[in-house]
Formats: sequence, structure tokens, C-alpha cells
Amino acid sequence: MAITENELYVISSPMRDIWSRLKRNKLALLGLFLVVLLCSIAIFAGVISPYDPTGQAMKESLRAPSAGHLMGTDVLGRDILSRVFHGARASLIVGVVATGISLVIGVFVGAVSGYYGGWVDSLIMRITDIFFAFPFFLLAIAIMTFLGPSFINVFIALGLIGWTNFARLVRGQVLSVKASEYVEAARAVGASNSRIIWKHVLPNTLAPIIVYATMNIGSAILSEAGLSFLGIGVQPPNPSWGLMLSEGTTYIWNAPWMVIWPGVAIFLTVLGFNLLGDGLRDALDPRLKE
Amino acid sequence: MLAIITDALVSVSKYTKRDTLRKGGEFVTRYIIRRLIQLIPVLIGISIITFLMMSFVPGDPVTLMLGQHITPQAAENIRQELGLDQSLVIRYLHYLGNIVQGDFGRSYIQHQEVTQMLRDKIPVTFQLTLVAIFIAVIFGVLIGILSSVKQYSFWDSFATFFAMTGVSIPTFWLGMMLQLIFGVVLHILPVSGIGGGGFQLQYYILPGFALGFSSMAMYVRLTRSSMLEVIRQDYIRTARAKGLSGRVVIFKHAMRNALIPVATQAGIDFAGLMGGAILTETIFSLPGIGSMLYFSISRRDYPVVQGVTLFMALVFVIINLLVDISYAVLDPRIRYD
Repeated sequence: MAITENELYVISSPMRDIWSRLKRNKLALLGLFLVVLLCSIAIFAGVISPYDPTGQAMKESLRAPSAGHLMGTDVLGRDILSRVFHGARASLIVGVVATGISLVIGVFVGAVSGYYGGWVDSLIMRITDIFFAFPFFLLAIAIMTFLGPSFINVFIALGLIGWTNFARLVRGQVLSVKASEYVEAARAVGASNSRIIWKHVLPNTLAPIIVYATMNIGSAILSEAGLSFLGIGVQPPNPSWGLMLSEGTTYIWNAPWMVIWPGVAIFLTVLGFNLLGDGLRDALDPRLKE
Repeated sequence: MLAIITDALVSVSKYTKRDTLRKGGEFVTRYIIRRLIQLIPVLIGISIITFLMMSFVPGDPVTLMLGQHITPQAAENIRQELGLDQSLVIRYLHYLGNIVQGDFGRSYIQHQEVTQMLRDKIPVTFQLTLVAIFIAVIFGVLIGILSSVKQYSFWDSFATFFAMTGVSIPTFWLGMMLQLIFGVVLHILPVSGIGGGGFQLQYYILPGFALGFSSMAMYVRLTRSSMLEVIRQDYIRTARAKGLSGRVVIFKHAMRNALIPVATQAGIDFAGLMGGAILTETIFSLPGIGSMLYFSISRRDYPVVQGVTLFMALVFVIINLLVDISYAVLDPRIRYD
């Protein structure tokens, strides 16, 4: 059967190739499903939540899961299902914004470092060395302790620590792309450095950046949960999964549902981003597969 | 702290002496010297970051230290005594001088030297981290080997999913679930504390498992990819051709080489897990550095938070240095250009 020009064009579309590779990977599809589910819950939390997430009802305190409260209630009688739904917002916002901050700083710094080389590269790499000298979560804890607990400070702390990974990743990619012939050709026709970086070098380093950013959202959500659990992240009465776990610690023996459900929510969310990131790595660039 | 740094330098110089005698040792010596020089700006950077943390603190440090009821004159005297009226640079140099002498500051709440507090708490954190690494490596390597030997089978997919689960599960939540299962349902293992007297392994199993679980996932992936590379080598084919059983080939021939990256990672991981132990120690009420940090955070005991951060970063840097050096000594194929 003859293939028309139009069909050939459709077949060779990069997005189509990526999607067809992604949908062959069952675990990646599961990841995509979990991420879409989380986003939907976060967006429609106000509509689908059966109760007000901060509304206290002392008569309903520590109720076990039932038809009225599918995930039970906490010590203040608040519906856990509604708080889990609203907690998705906090987690998603922290994950995306913190990763966004890290990404912007890291891509800029990494591209400059890899492209210009020399003393600029040495200086930037020494700065990343200093950040790498601290265990990630410990540095986040230290910064949050000194900045003071708040939602905004969580972004700042996680964003400011996370950029180093992006910078190293982008630098490595830029170094390998910089030596390629098309960059040499662009330079030969007189393209400026910034044009070469933004138009020729960075687009060719996108695949690993997208993969890393996806997985980083998961790690940022885990870190936020840890910080909120320690009392230096999201502050009450706002629902955050980490905070819910912290509040549930005291009641773990007589009301285990207080800690089970927020933890399941964190786990499924982070798993979703990790599975999707892993699948994207294979789908975006099959050469990156282990 | 100085003792730790001195020990590190002594072991470095031991490597240096031994290796200059060997063929190719000169390369390793040069590498060690270069790594030590590279360490200087990192150490200075660490000290600057931990020093600057204190300047973020909202409010007056003297009031934080002594409470609201102090007279202005007394506050001023203490401010002068602590050098808080000096410029930032002078204060930093003073701080640096103190660190070099092993003085990490003094707790606002307990009025005790941070170095002394660290010394008291290190054993528990150290033991917990060791148990966690041990559990992570044993299970991680076994599952990784199974996954590589049965590539593309059900076990391989299971191992991949297991590894993903490991990096997605919150350590502190896993700890709570283990407490629920083993403490409430099964009553097999103790769920908090460290018991009386010396080291009692049973108290460390659940927290060690919780802390090591995410690392276990990493060892699965590392062992799998390393094994897949090794089992395609000629010497493995030769071993099989000689008629050796699969088990002997895998465990005696392949595993030895495949485990080099695992051993390296375990070294790096050790320092990382010590930093991550804060949540695990809090959940399981273990009296280590992590719990100490947790209490310091909740009471706004800033010098302790600063001291612990500095200490952990120094441990992290020294362990990474030793791992890199041992890697260079063990594996001559490594190029450090």
C-alpha cells in the first residue's frame, strides 16, 4: 500500500513518537495516571471534598473510617478525606514551584558554566561543591529553622538548594553538545553566544532536564512532607500531608487512620512522578535507557 | 572534630606513602593532593554558609539566649563579650577560629558545649546508620542480582517497581507503619527507644529498615546495572565454558567486580543517611544527633542547629574524600582528568 506524504509526516512527529513509546511502558502509564489524578484532585479539591478541611467538630473527634467519613476524622473532628484532598494542593504547589525555582537557576548557571568554561566554570562548580557538601534534607531543615516556618520559605529553601543538581546536569549536557558540528556551524555563521546557547545548545539538552525535573517534583514533595512533619514547613490549620502525619503521631495507637491516609497520598504522588519521569527518560531519548 | 579531620589526613598520608611505592602510585598521590587542595574552598564555603545562617535569625540573639527579662546594660555586656558588636567579617573570623579549635558553640537551652552534646549522641546515630546500610546493602544486592540474572522476567519488573517504591515512600511514614505492624499487630520487635545498657540490635532493626529502605532501592538499581555489565564480560563466559555452575559464576566471579560501585556508594551513603536520620530517630525515640536536632528546632536552639549542620557537612565531606581516594587506589582504571 502506498504511503502518502501526509501519513509519513504524521508518523515522524516527535510528540507522536514519544507518546507511542510512553504508552508501551505500563509503569509509565501508571505514573501518568497518578499524576493526572493528583492534579485533578488538587484543582477540584473545593468541589469534591465532602467537608470543610479546617472545620472542627469535636463531637466527631477520632471517628474510625465509616460511610460518613471515608477516611475517618482527626482529633479535632476534621474529615481526613477532605484534608487529604486539600493537602494535594499544598504538595503539588510546593513540588512544582520549588522545582521551577531550581530549574530556572540551575539551567541558567549550568549553561553559562558549561558553555564559557574557564574560571567561570571553576567558580560555579566550586559553589556547587559547597552545596553538595551538605546532606540535602539537613540543609533544608537548617535553612527553614533560621528563615522561620512558612509556606513561601519552603519554596525558597527547597528551590535554593535544589538548583545545584540542575546546574551540574545542564553543564554536563552543554559540554557534550558544545563540541558538536552544528554548534561549530552556528558559530561559523556569526551567531552570538546567547543565541547559540538558547537556540542550539539548550534545546538539545532538554530530554534529561525534563526527566530530572519530573522526578525532582516528587523529591520536593517528600521534602515538604518531612519539613512539615518537623513543624517547620506548612503551618496549621492549613492541610498538608506532612503536617497531618505530624498531628497523627500522638494518636497512632488509637487512631491509626490519621497517619495511614496522608502517608498513602504522599507515597502514591511521589511514586507517580518517579514512574512518569522514568518512563519519560526512555520515551524522550531511548539512548538514555540503562 | 579536629580528631576526625586529623584521622582522615593520617589515613590519606598512609595511602600516599604506600602508593608512591607502587607502580602508578604517583598518579594516586597527585590525585590525593589535588583533592585536598580542592577541599579548602569547600570547607571555607561550608563555614560561611553555617555562619550566615545565624544572621537570618529573627530577633536579638542575646534575648533568645537569656530571655526577655534581662536589663539593657547586661544585654550590652553580653553582646560585647560574644563579639556581637563587631563587624560581620570579624565575627566570621572569630567563628572560623573557634571551629578550628573544635568549638562549635554553646546551646541556648542546655548551656552545654555543642561539641560535647554531639560526642554524647554520635554512638546512637552511628549505630543506626550502620544497621541501615547493612540492611540496605544485603537486601538491595540480593534483589539486584536476582533482577539482572533474570533480566526482563517478572522478577526484573518486580525489582524495578520495588526500587521505585523505595525512593517514593516517606521514611518517617514507613517507620510509623513498621511500628504499627510490628508493635501493635505482631509484637515481635521493640518500637521505640534503645533499651538499657549497651548496643541491643533488636531496637535498631525497625528504624534501620525504615532509614535504609530508600537506599536499598538504589542498591537494587546499582547492582542490576553493574551486574548486567559484568556478566557480559569475557571472563564470565570463560568461567561458564569451564563448566562451573551458575551459582559459582554469579557469586564468585561476577559479584566481586560488580560490587565495587556498590561499596563506593555505601561509603557515600553512610554520610547521607546520618543526615537523614533525624526523622527516623524522632519517630523511634532514639537519643541520637537527629533527635537532638529535632528538639533544638522546636526550641529554637539555633547554635545546636548550626553546630549539627556544620558537623554533618564536615563528616559528609571527609567520608566522600576517603571514598574517592579508596576508589582511586582500588580501581586503577579510573581516570580523574
